[in-house]
Amino acid sequence: MEMVYCRPDTLTDTPFHYCPGCGHSVVHRVLMEVVEELGIQDKTIGVAPVGCSVFAYHYMNVDMQEAAHGRASAVATGIKRVLPDRYVFSYQGDGDLAAIGTAETIHTVNRGENILMVFINNGIYGMTGGQMAPTSLLGQVTTTSPYGRDVKMVGHPIKIADLLIHLPGAYYVTRQAVHNPNAVRKLKKAFEKSFQYQKEGKGTCFVEVVSNCPSGWRMTPVESIKYLEETMFPAYPLGDLKVPEKV
Amino acid sequence: MEEKKNKNGEAKLMKGNEALAEAAIRAKIDAYFGYPITPQSEVLEYLEREIPKRSGLVLQAESEIASINMIYGAAGAGARVMTSSSGPGISLMQEGLSYIASAQLPCLVVNVVRGGPGLGTIQPSQGDYFQAVKGGGHGDYHLIVLAPASVQEMADFVFEGFRLAEKYRNPAMILTDGALGQMMEKVIQPEEGSLPKIKTPWATTGKTKDRDHNIITSLFIKPEEMESVNHQLQEKYRKIERDEVRFEEIKTNDAEIILVAFGLSSRICQKTVDLGREKGIKIGLLRPITLYPYPYKRLNELADQVDFMMSVEMNAGQMVEDVKLAVEGKVPVYFTGRMGGMIPSPDDVLHEIESIIEKQNVLQD
Ligand SMILES: Cc1ncc(C[n+]2csc(CCOP(=O)(O)OP(=O)(O)O)c2C)c(N)n1
Ligand code: SF4
Repeated sequence: MEMVYCRPDTLTDTPFHYCPGCGHSVVHRVLMEVVEELGIQDKTIGVAPVGCSVFAYHYMNVDMQEAAHGRASAVATGIKRVLPDRYVFSYQGDGDLAAIGTAETIHTVNRGENILMVFINNGIYGMTGGQMAPTSLLGQVTTTSPYGRDVKMVGHPIKIADLLIHLPGAYYVTRQAVHNPNAVRKLKKAFEKSFQYQKEGKGTCFVEVVSNCPSGWRMTPVESIKYLEETMFPAYPLGDLKVPEKV
Repeated sequence: MEEKKNKNGEAKLMKGNEALAEAAIRAKIDAYFGYPITPQSEVLEYLEREIPKRSGLVLQAESEIASINMIYGAAGAGARVMTSSSGPGISLMQEGLSYIASAQLPCLVVNVVRGGPGLGTIQPSQGDYFQAVKGGGHGDYHLIVLAPASVQEMADFVFEGFRLAEKYRNPAMILTDGALGQMMEKVIQPEEGSLPKIKTPWATTGKTKDRDHNIITSLFIKPEEMESVNHQLQEKYRKIERDEVRFEEIKTNDAEIILVAFGLSSRICQKTVDLGREKGIKIGLLRPITLYPYPYKRLNELADQVDFMMSVEMNAGQMVEDVKLAVEGKVPVYFTGRMGGMIPSPDDVLHEIESIIEKQNVLQD
């Protein structure tokens, strides 16, 4: 029998601990598929965040470091600066990247650090049980915004990718998703491009994935997909935000 | 200051901070990440000026939080890395230091201490003793802490700090102060490249076919596992405490009074020893060179021969707690010092000693 689909070598055989239907597992798989297909497993170093994907290093079969909450891009900077010929990526949630780690995020991109930053925006703090994130939508009910996110108290959801495109160090900024096969194919392309740009030393590639958190959202996986399409995507429109200028 | 000459060249007049920075280049650091703060900005400035002409990498980070996390990443990738700061910046690094200690990565952190608490003053202080030797960040860990007392040692301890950090895969700290950082003295630099690089098979350099993927982490979610990592760390610390204690003794042989002081205050106390002896008071000095591990054992031995000990510090009395622990109540332990960027004079210290002697005589009469 011909094998048509299997686990890439770049994923370990440790089963994912993610909740059923959670986008993290799909993003892990797509990212690692690209690393395998590009044949760069031995040159790739990842940085895991603090958040639900804290154990990304158990699943991704590449050398990895676990960073303190919010600091993944600084850690990735340290790695890339001493190993400039390796492919370095960071992987962070929205609390990690857009709240506690905002300074590191902005300055890493501003330096044009030649890395790939993967940003999982699920509009909530998954790991700690579904608290409000800086990306939570107005009116969104979470455990720390039980009456809905109130703009007067905590301001608007932060669209971090929209901010980053203004920094010259950002070479490629895109917002993708994993809610259907077509979206997955596009995400894969975004990762492929990012590694190619990194090889060419172009600067920071920032790939946001608007993802779901069925547990934190108190929804079934199917409901969460509907919520993504009806509520999240209008607030965080998918597509490229910054692409290299054509020469 | 003894003028030395050796094959590394002539003794050269240098500022403490610059001597330290030059030694870092000679130690062949792969990278330095830092953020400006008085009184140690010369370290970053010197490296920004010199490294591009020589070897290594220097990067000014957006904060001390970023610096220490860059250090974590680069150390985890197997590089020899260093940062430096002063009190307020070192406070920001505590989270990172705890992670680095837990993940067992070698690196060198320099604290050129200024007066605190808070934003404090830029004048010299030893107020960060607790923070340096008792942890500072969360959890059970230790930094290996070296306390230079001269510009020469500012340079030498860079090599020593890396040697110890790499031997034990543990962050090391040079705890010095604004005066030593700013003062100029003659220094002979360690020979460039004379510090061998260690092998780092654990580093994240890219997973090759012949090995499992390397993981640098401080997360051990199962308590059994976390406890066993803690046991590992504690075993390492016991070994360090057994093998790496360093101190200097001055005129302790016949001493009836022992001063205990590190860094700048030990230099002041050297003068006090001489002043006292001119008056017939048999004072000796023990200068801990490693603040962690601490010379508890030697102080305990010395306690058998003296009337009392006195810890002299530029703070409100931090190390004195360790002196008390060391002597186990055998003799009284006193403290004297100045705070907030003030430096005690040799006479101040002698005066304290004389007033204690006087009180003791009154009690004995
Ligand atoms: C300094 C610090 N503060 C708080 C926490 C607790 N904490 C762990 S994960 C997390 C939020 C993670 O949310 P996000 O980054 O959105 O990732 P997700 O879990 O949703 O994937 C928080 C606040 C921590 N580990 N460290
Ligand atoms: S809590 Fe949310 S983000 Fe975390 S694994 Fe579950 S679904 Fe995914």
